[in-house]
Amino acid sequence: MTQLPLLGRVSRSEEILLPVRPAYIAVTLAAATMLNLLPLTGWVLALRPDFVALLLLYWGFHQPRKVGFLPAWLLGLAMDVADGSLFGQHALAYSAMMFAAIALHRRVAMFDLRRQILHAIPILLVMQLIVLGVRHAAGGAFPGWWYFLPTVTGAIVWPLVDLLLKMPLRPRPDPDEA
Amino acid sequence: MEYTPPPFFRRGPSLLARLAFFALLSLMLLYADARFHYMEAMRKAIAVVLYPFQEMASLPGEAASRVESFFVSQSFLQRENDRLSHENFLNAGQLQTQRALVAENRHLRQLLEMQERVEPSSTVAEILYVGRDPFSRKVVIDKGSLQGIEEGSAVVDDTGLVGQVTRTFPWTAEVALISDREQVVPAQVVRNGLRAALFGIGYDGALDLRFMPVNADVENGDVLVTSGIDGVYPAGLPVAVVSNIERNAAYPFARITCTPSAGPNRNRQVLVLSRLAPLPEYPSAADPRKGKPKKARKGG
Repeated sequence: MTQLPLLGRVSRSEEILLPVRPAYIAVTLAAATMLNLLPLTGWVLALRPDFVALLLLYWGFHQPRKVGFLPAWLLGLAMDVADGSLFGQHALAYSAMMFAAIALHRRVAMFDLRRQILHAIPILLVMQLIVLGVRHAAGGAFPGWWYFLPTVTGAIVWPLVDLLLKMPLRPRPDPDEA
Repeated sequence: MEYTPPPFFRRGPSLLARLAFFALLSLMLLYADARFHYMEAMRKAIAVVLYPFQEMASLPGEAASRVESFFVSQSFLQRENDRLSHENFLNAGQLQTQRALVAENRHLRQLLEMQERVEPSSTVAEILYVGRDPFSRKVVIDKGSLQGIEEGSAVVDDTGLVGQVTRTFPWTAEVALISDREQVVPAQVVRNGLRAALFGIGYDGALDLRFMPVNADVENGDVLVTSGIDGVYPAGLPVAVVSNIERNAAYPFARITCTPSAGPNRNRQVLVLSRLAPLPEYPSAADPRKGKPKKARKGG
């Protein structure tokens, strides 16, 4: 099996980070909500990744005991109200996404960043497909292939999100050691 | 990464059970919202919580537009000033004749013992942002139920009908554009008074004039205005101009595409007209709320 190279990769990507406080998760989710609420139009809006989904998925992968279904569900409801869409479509999609994140978190922890993104893409895609399915059942029409762009851009900005979220968690260098 | 070891007892329900619970809850909400519109009160409560976030999120954009408007060139202002004063002059002339016409119209209606024509009052509002839901065409304006905006009010800009208020929150309101797939505007051809229904098709820049017979007297360039028979939109607002007609005898109806005369992309200010007085009781057993014409017929 390919056990050994995998282990080698893990030891390279694994770094010791400070423990994540729930308040930090809450602040990052609030920031993601703000980014989702930016008054964008046209192509910029179509290209904008769903930051709330990204952050929920990220914390679901990395801190599955600290984010659960409740924040995902409540933020989904908030997004439904903010978008003026059907009440509960994002709540349903985010709950399913959180399920996938928590179910896969041990597996995802084995991989480096690039392979983590490869796990995130299908989950984000299924999340969008759930929204699409709900709207289709409610009589909506398929808006066009650009509908799936947030998944693509989400995968592109994932490394940046990873970098930014880990920044405050890196332990400060000990002045005595220098 | 750090994990607190789970307590050996008391693990809580399983992952699948939790997913089932939240999924069922969401599906119930979806059903209640899509079918019965039960969720409006809860929606309003969440909207109030989200409002400060929304305000903060629109701050950078507002600051940018303020900076942009500060650096407007003198020549641009001069040109705009010239254009506006010219338009103002033309409008003033039309307004003078309009006053006389309004007085004459009221007098004639009294003579004929017709119902009084109501002139709706209006509120100026600004478009905060374009709706983010990719399945519908909506904009959100900065006036809400606290400023007296009511659901069902017509929204216009300086060139014509924009849409209709579909949902009000305390400080904001959602306007469904006429290009939304679920919006229908009862319209009338100005040239000959032919009545028809204009359907939104889900994207900007085009509307469908449906259920018109192949030989209907509609021509390219015909101006369509609201007919006012639905009791929602006041009569006479410009809606669209006919841009393309396909008459194929194989189909019962002609394919008529129109270009809307107003658009939310044109300018940020819109006018919210107050609700019209309710129409008199519908004579037959048909649904009185949907006043759209069932088939096109010649209007008198």
